Amino acid sequence: MSETQIAVKAETTFRTNTRKRKTVRKLFSEILAIILSLIIFGVPFYFVIVNASKDTKESSLLNMDLPSSFHLFENIQSVMAAQNGMIIRAFFNSIMITGFSIAILILVGAMAGYVLQRRTSKMSPFFNFLILAGLIIPPAIVPTIWVLDGIGLFKTMPGIILVEVALNLPFTILLYKGFMATLPKELDEAALIDGCGRVRLFFSIILPLLKPVSATVIVLTAVGVYNDFVNPLYFFPGAENATLQLTLYNFSSMYNTQWNLLFTNILLISIPPLILFIFFNKKIVAGMTAGAVK
Amino acid sequence: MKAKKKIFAVLSSAALFAGIMAGCSSNSDSASGDKDEDSGQVTLTILVDNQTNLDGMKAVTDAIEEKYDIKTEYELRPGGGEGDNLVKTRLATGDMTDLMAYNSGSLFQALNPEKNFLDITDEAFVETIMDDAKDALSSNGKVYGIPSTSFMAGGWFYNKKIYEELGLSVPKTWVELMANNEKIKEAGKTAVIGSYKDSWTAQVIVLADNYNVLQQHPNFADDFTGNKAKIADTPGALRSFEKLAEVFDAGYLNEDFLATGYEAGLKMLAEGQGAHYPMLSFALPMLEANYSEELDNIGFFPQPGESADENGVTVWVPGGIYINKNTEHAEEAKKWVEFFVSQEGIDLHNSKIKPQGPPAVKGVELSDDVYGAVKDMLPFFESGKTAPALEFLSPVKGPNLPQIAVEVGSGISKAKDGAELYDKDVEKQAKQLGLEGW
Amino acid sequence: MTKLTNRSYTYYFLLPAGIIYFVFFLLPTIMSFFFSMTWWTLTDWKFIGLENFITFLTEPSLNIGFKNTIIYAIVTCSLKVILGLLLGVFLSQKLKTIGFVRSMVFFPTLLSTIAVGMAFAMMMHPTQGLINTSLKIVGIAGPDWLGDTTIALLSVALVDVWKGVGMATVIFIAGIMSIPEDYYEALAIDGGNSFHKFWNIIVPLSRPAMNSVIILAFIGGLRSFDLVWAMTKGGPGFSTDLIASIIYKQYQGGFYGLSTAGNVILFIVVSALAFPLYAFLNKKEVDL
Repeated sequence: MSETQIAVKAETTFRTNTRKRKTVRKLFSEILAIILSLIIFGVPFYFVIVNASKDTKESSLLNMDLPSSFHLFENIQSVMAAQNGMIIRAFFNSIMITGFSIAILILVGAMAGYVLQRRTSKMSPFFNFLILAGLIIPPAIVPTIWVLDGIGLFKTMPGIILVEVALNLPFTILLYKGFMATLPKELDEAALIDGCGRVRLFFSIILPLLKPVSATVIVLTAVGVYNDFVNPLYFFPGAENATLQLTLYNFSSMYNTQWNLLFTNILLISIPPLILFIFFNKKIVAGMTAGAVK
Repeated sequence: MKAKKKIFAVLSSAALFAGIMAGCSSNSDSASGDKDEDSGQVTLTILVDNQTNLDGMKAVTDAIEEKYDIKTEYELRPGGGEGDNLVKTRLATGDMTDLMAYNSGSLFQALNPEKNFLDITDEAFVETIMDDAKDALSSNGKVYGIPSTSFMAGGWFYNKKIYEELGLSVPKTWVELMANNEKIKEAGKTAVIGSYKDSWTAQVIVLADNYNVLQQHPNFADDFTGNKAKIADTPGALRSFEKLAEVFDAGYLNEDFLATGYEAGLKMLAEGQGAHYPMLSFALPMLEANYSEELDNIGFFPQPGESADENGVTVWVPGGIYINKNTEHAEEAKKWVEFFVSQEGIDLHNSKIKPQGPPAVKGVELSDDVYGAVKDMLPFFESGKTAPALEFLSPVKGPNLPQIAVEVGSGISKAKDGAELYDKDVEKQAKQLGLEGW
Repeated sequence: MTKLTNRSYTYYFLLPAGIIYFVFFLLPTIMSFFFSMTWWTLTDWKFIGLENFITFLTEPSLNIGFKNTIIYAIVTCSLKVILGLLLGVFLSQKLKTIGFVRSMVFFPTLLSTIAVGMAFAMMMHPTQGLINTSLKIVGIAGPDWLGDTTIALLSVALVDVWKGVGMATVIFIAGIMSIPEDYYEALAIDGGNSFHKFWNIIVPLSRPAMNSVIILAFIGGLRSFDLVWAMTKGGPGFSTDLIASIIYKQYQGGFYGLSTAGNVILFIVVSALAFPLYAFLNKKEVDL
């Protein structure tokens, strides 16, 4: 059913008749691909890593040379200690915001996507419009602050979490809705015949079946929320409330930039997405296939 | 283990010391009744923003503790708009510390000083505060605060080596300055360092020109605040923007001035790649930290105006320390602030943080190791040829000045257009503040 | 009871999502129309009609955002579509190192925009930056990427493409891989070459993927400002300001009414471009 299955099949049939000519060209393609991707995408990483290992003076030259002496671990310590350990508090904040946003999004988004796909009524076009509007319309900044302030959630963790949820809901619902279409309705019927209630039907039958698309939601929103700079800037301001993205500004103040520490900081905050990437690498393509292409 | 012992030793000696001091003070000073007879020690709390380097203040408060047995407890608050809100809330809810460090000028005047702060106008030590500072610490003719640091000055830092090499003398008029620039350019050096990548540095030429503006239009600050004068229509004020544009038009800036930042600008000045750097004197500690050997080669002169007779410097007034009107320890707080602005207090402060400008208190002697650039400023202060920057005289300051200054200073827009744009920016600000006449 | 009807799927399930979406997104959006016509301090407001909009449209430091936002969205979107398609075709091949190359291309998507912006801003320094020092070796005098007002916005857009092309590529890969093999076989019988394969099969049949990329990239380009903020802060002067960065600056300056007016303007610009684009692309899709 899913496009990936077809895709895999298609890929295997790429083998054509003229094999020999192909192998030469293939080899050339491979080398070209590696060289190009190394230059365009690898060099910046190399640049960051090399400079994160230098001392302040050497890093201020901002070149590609290898460090004359290795300072990475010292730099990590300095980054950890900067601004009274701000990065640790920021790490806590970022993880909490990301974790709770994902949890709420999955629960609330799956419920909505499920009902919206299964039930068609006169209201359906209206709900579809709301989802589309949510994807397209930019959030109104100051009025959102006004609302948050009015209900006492401005500058609070629940406030920023709910805003992130609200802004990521349309895409999440879209993903769940798309995936629900691949689950046959007979399933629901069978469950109801077995005496399942409407609530139990969803939580014990449907929700577990949504695992693949939930993985996609986790990856996409985790990356999005974790890397979000703009929304915390507006809705979660204050020294105590720093998120990891804001720690980047610790080392490039208006007075002084310590490039080695800045690059070390970049390196450190890139580790969580890297881990996520390693675990979910394959799921990302599959998830995009299910969600965005449809 | 060792550290623990040390702490214990410090604590016990402090306690012993406190005991002795308590004995002394209760004999001599029986008037203050709210002291705890047993410990004899009073603790004053002070609210300070977390952007300030507290080493200097702590040196002073340590001495106050020794001398008067008044302990100081620091409470930190965030800076910027968030800090303003916090201060206002704490004042409104009666939850303010005994002492409070805060901006001077319009921000302070917006705090309703009559209601919140102790009037110290009649204290003898207030006499010694310099007038520019005193005005910024006053509201309706009453003084409420003392300066927390020395003045800062805005103007032109220059490399003395280059001046010697080319036989230049310190300019007293704008024409002389531009002539110097021409010679430096001919000698193949950067005449004026531009570091507009950090756009705030681009405003310095405009801001540091206020002394000259006030020479020509003495009422400009009030008229500006009251919407009776616009920069674009006031020749003397427009001149500030024109000066910024002239520096670019004449080609005096370094080639990559839009990609050069503040730090790189300081480097160019210290290492002699550039001759002039328009900047505020808070740059001095950083110059010392990074280029201490070159520090003696860096001098300062005010941004010159049209005539040599009217040569004076634009100053940045230090923030203040104010006493909470409802403090239970008013007498101690007064003693505290009196010591803070005494020669001894200022010396202690300066021993930790070198002053970035002349002291804001009259008759205070500076030690010999003071920055050369600060020495260059002293004559102007001694002869009273100073004027505060516009932001200390008027509450209106448009938020987009840095960007507008970059545009004017890099030829993107003309001086007049930039000034008009800034006038509009100011208008928005004044309306938002709800000022009268806008 | 066992019959499956609409009532089996209760609309109560929509409530949690609906409440969050309404309170934290819809309500502020609706309120923005009102507050954009006020002088506003968050606690206090005064109705001033269209004055904020007039200010926004007439001040050069504010209306520069229109031009820049549209240029930025079109440049980033079209480059992402073209490069994403080419990379997608290339990376759909069965190469041994495909996993490595794909990861390389995709990984920037996962990085922090701010970190990417800061690192690239450094590499784009006109004299000391990595890019120009490298160009110098081969005898090219590189431009002042972020200082020259005529190209600064494009430089930022290029970095946006660098960071975002991985997402476009993955969507294209997914689309290309879902093309049934019969088409290629038919083409092989007709004697078509690789160009035919690309132009007559891949391009038209990966249309759904292309539509997704266009919509995502274009709306993203219209709405975002974090990369601009990290690299130029809208400068030099106002030359790289986008509507979204101007909204932020007005907010910072305490001009809440004006900032909200900017929000409404952005709303109108995005809606006026994105809804028709969406409808147009969807219509085409059906025609195929």
